[in-house]
Amino acid sequence: MNFLDLTIAQAHEGLKKKEFTSAELTRAYLDQIKKTDGSIGAYLAITEKLALQQAEEADKVIATQKDFPVLTGIPFCVKDAILVEGQIATAGSKILENYVAPYDATVIRKLKEQGSVILGKTNMDCFGFGSSTENSAFKVTKNPHDLERVAGGSSGGSAAAVAAKEACYALAEDTGGSIRQPASFCGVVGLKPTYGAVSRYGVYAYASSLDQIGPMARTVEDVKTIFKAICGKDPKDATSVGYEFKDANVEMKGLKIGVPKEYFTDGSSGRVGNSRVSPKGINPEVERIIKNAIKKAEDAGAKIIEISLPATEYALACYYIIAPCEASANLARFDGIKYGLSEPADNLLDVYLITRGKGFNAEAKRRIMIGTYALSSGYYDAYYKKAQEVRQLVRQDFTDAFKKVDVIFAPVSPFPAFKVGEKTDDPLSMYLADIYTISLNLAGLPGLSLPAGKAGNLPVGLQIIGNHFEENKILSVASKIESMLK
Amino acid sequence: MISKEEVQHIAKLARLELTPQEVEKMQQDLTAILDYFDVLQKAPKVKVGKQSVSKFELNQSRNDVVAQRSASLAYNLVEAAPDKKDGYIKVKSIL
Repeated sequence: MNFLDLTIAQAHEGLKKKEFTSAELTRAYLDQIKKTDGSIGAYLAITEKLALQQAEEADKVIATQKDFPVLTGIPFCVKDAILVEGQIATAGSKILENYVAPYDATVIRKLKEQGSVILGKTNMDCFGFGSSTENSAFKVTKNPHDLERVAGGSSGGSAAAVAAKEACYALAEDTGGSIRQPASFCGVVGLKPTYGAVSRYGVYAYASSLDQIGPMARTVEDVKTIFKAICGKDPKDATSVGYEFKDANVEMKGLKIGVPKEYFTDGSSGRVGNSRVSPKGINPEVERIIKNAIKKAEDAGAKIIEISLPATEYALACYYIIAPCEASANLARFDGIKYGLSEPADNLLDVYLITRGKGFNAEAKRRIMIGTYALSSGYYDAYYKKAQEVRQLVRQDFTDAFKKVDVIFAPVSPFPAFKVGEKTDDPLSMYLADIYTISLNLAGLPGLSLPAGKAGNLPVGLQIIGNHFEENKILSVASKIESMLK
Repeated sequence: MISKEEVQHIAKLARLELTPQEVEKMQQDLTAILDYFDVLQKAPKVKVGKQSVSKFELNQSRNDVVAQRSASLAYNLVEAAPDKKDGYIKVKSIL
């Protein structure tokens, strides 16, 4: 039996029937990491000791209890932005290179309570700033489908680890597309839940009005299992809400699927966003794959309804003001005093200046600078306030759309995985990778990336968007499309 | 083009030391990004009163009561600081 091919449900069955132990399963993943991660670079730290200890504990539970949680003994990896007590948590940045997490994030506590096994911490663009993991201070994660290409980002390490079978599943975090876009690039399933559905306690804050933790796995069913385990109200995150996941079975027949005309080249606007940033719009292969998935849904009885999201044109600029503004405030805490890197200097101000100057890389500095600029006196109204107004327009578009449709189908990214180094010199063209994903964060909506086909050897994800707290609907539809595309 | 002095001023507000090369690159990058933001000026005005916040978006603060936490948490937090003494975080004199 190849342990590495097992889904969560299959591994759970195997553990239950005593076909193998969690220790065996865990060792198989650790061996795979050692074998393949040298070329992929998904992991920043392998927590082997912790993993084997957790596996041993899980095996004790499995040996003595007839029924145990579905995630007991199942090995997973964690984006390095999420704290695991006693383990390094760098957020992909030099400023936190040797930082040891003092406590568990709520999502980690929940998964530990289920007896899941932590294999390691995965690579990311520093603090989530990027769409390719090229902004990691430590290394670039390569796409397992083509090692010359990026895995996407910012959760590229988590997506690549799942795709390369270096973990059964992964936890990641999405502020503007950081779960969905790498999931699309690496051909795995990734869910960005509704804002408030999952506690963010114990994750480094990037942009607090946008951040959300979510799962990545190889199947829709697995993603659902993880989501059910981590969602819910947490007193330690004031934005989390009391919400219980209820399974749904959505029939394709009569399902109203909205397709935003602004997202495709034959829509009335003819292109995505600002022409300076997006002269070509969507890659034709990506468009073909997404349209094919839409066609399959239509053949199964769904009603395809063209919708309009007119604020799409402004969403990218809106996001790249709001997110850096919040980031510039959130990252003020990294000042060389409480944690991480500290550069010696004669006075306090110089400690701040030199520590931050050395500890943050180019992209972190760029975002802190944009945020500080947009929030500074004299520019606040023109940038931050304007962006907040436009955010209302983006939300209103979706509110209007969901009066007419049940779910929305869209691409995840306008292009498949690009080559390492291809976009590093042009921050604006890199930002474009987020054009279809950021609107959801601005509107607080859930979205899932489902592998829908390949452009050459490169996976392409279909984005399934639902209304607030309708993850159950998204997952049910995704599961059906998943079987249709097999 | 955003000026060198402006970049240096913002960098100081942001508590970032930038090298002369970084200042120059930042001038170019910020100018390009800020120019792109001009697209927002074309966006329709939002009518006052139209802004709505869903019930899910209101922060729900926990009760203001002392929560028992393990002593190891305090130890771990102080331990993470670069400079500490006798269970306290050391800082430079401020005045």
